[in-house]
Amino acid sequence: MKLLWLSALSCNGNVHSFFNYEKIDSFLKSFTFIYHPAIESDYTLQDIVKKDIPCDILLLEGTLQEGLQKAGVDIEDLIFRYGNKVKKIITVGTCASFGGIFLDSEEKYGLHYRKKEPHDKFISLKEKTINIPGCPIHPQTLASILYSIKKEFEIPLDPYQRPKEFFAFTTHNGCLRNEYFEYKVDNHQFGNIEGCMFYEHGCQGPFTNSSCNKILWNEVSSKTRSGHPCLGCTEPTFPKYNFFETKKHMGIPAHLPLGVPKRAYLSLAGVAKTFKIERFEKKLI
Amino acid sequence: MQDRKTQKKEQIIKASLELFAKKGFYTTTIPDIAKSIQMSVGNMYNYFKSKDILAKEVIKYISSFLGSELQKINEKDITSEEKIKEIVSVYFKTAVEKPEMIDYFLRVFLSNRETFKNGCEGMVCVNEFVTEIMIFFEEGVKKGELKDQDFFSAFGLFMGYLGGMVFLNGENILPTKLDDYIDDISTNIYNALKVE
Repeated sequence: MKLLWLSALSCNGNVHSFFNYEKIDSFLKSFTFIYHPAIESDYTLQDIVKKDIPCDILLLEGTLQEGLQKAGVDIEDLIFRYGNKVKKIITVGTCASFGGIFLDSEEKYGLHYRKKEPHDKFISLKEKTINIPGCPIHPQTLASILYSIKKEFEIPLDPYQRPKEFFAFTTHNGCLRNEYFEYKVDNHQFGNIEGCMFYEHGCQGPFTNSSCNKILWNEVSSKTRSGHPCLGCTEPTFPKYNFFETKKHMGIPAHLPLGVPKRAYLSLAGVAKTFKIERFEKKLI
Repeated sequence: MQDRKTQKKEQIIKASLELFAKKGFYTTTIPDIAKSIQMSVGNMYNYFKSKDILAKEVIKYISSFLGSELQKINEKDITSEEKIKEIVSVYFKTAVEKPEMIDYFLRVFLSNRETFKNGCEGMVCVNEFVTEIMIFFEEGVKKGELKDQDFFSAFGLFMGYLGGMVFLNGENILPTKLDDYIDDISTNIYNALKVE
């Protein structure tokens, strides 16, 4: 299967993340890049711009911007040219999906969304697009979706066109700090394995859709497992500010666990906080 | 059957509240309560195994009553200043019309922590009421009307003030009716909580 990887405004973080895919050798036997900004490929960017090279999937990385050119051609023209021909388009990372970290003016956007707001600039391509956000993307998520396309599996999507398989649950699902969360104990020091980071340290895990704690990074860890709060990087609202401090209104977290009504959360939290559980108050190792 | 049992339990709670207010918490016995509602003492124990268990159910009942009143206010599309006035009004109205409720809260629940230490730790038994106060504060801050501050500083200011006024009223120290203080007290609370 032939892939075209196009970069718009990008730090190339997704390129590097994908290099960490554990089975990349086997992957490259099943897929060929007609062009990739960092992997040796059959064609140059000049070839891609000048000719119409056959390919099956367009991978788009980076924030789009009015007038942005690639090898002297407007990137929008390239997206339409190749987008119209391919079977599927994948936005690789939050920038291409929702605008992401480079979104600082009205002239910038993701392929179909500007943060949460849909736009219709590429509406004719929307039906064939799958958004895989993340800053960066999880390499296994991208690889799995590509294999699913190749095998012609059905890929159910959520309202932001993210594959449900990887984005229906939250980062909180699989987090090893859940017993601290249940009893509302933050008591965390950065890097430590004890404590929950939701209450004081800005963790966005309970309201961020991702598989980070189910499909581990480099097969060993995740942000929350290593003592760093989830930054919510797979969400259209990324980046928020003040990553390491929980925004609160008179002591109550401004963002509650996904889908949990405020009254239900506060009732439960009020009871849970009452109990002082010694084991949760100290370092265990 | 469950509904009837719940109704009966509520009848016992109401009767015990009245007796606690009239005779005092410690001098009121389970047989006294049973007698006041023409129930046998044996049957009474089918509903509450001990006076301590009953005491905890009573405070939960009061919390639930006040919580549901505050929830109605929280769900109104009005300013925080207006909500404060409505909360003060509801609290004072309850103190006047159902004095046994506030009396129990102030004189029994807050003053007899031994009775409530197992099963009513912290705010567990007054959770419904406290939750609504939390929601009121949180929404006020979110709307930019109230100052973002430590929850307990604001909670103590609000509830301590109201409790103090009801206590003074109960002791017949206030020179005028409790209702006459609603405007001034609401303004004072709002001034203390509002964004500067």
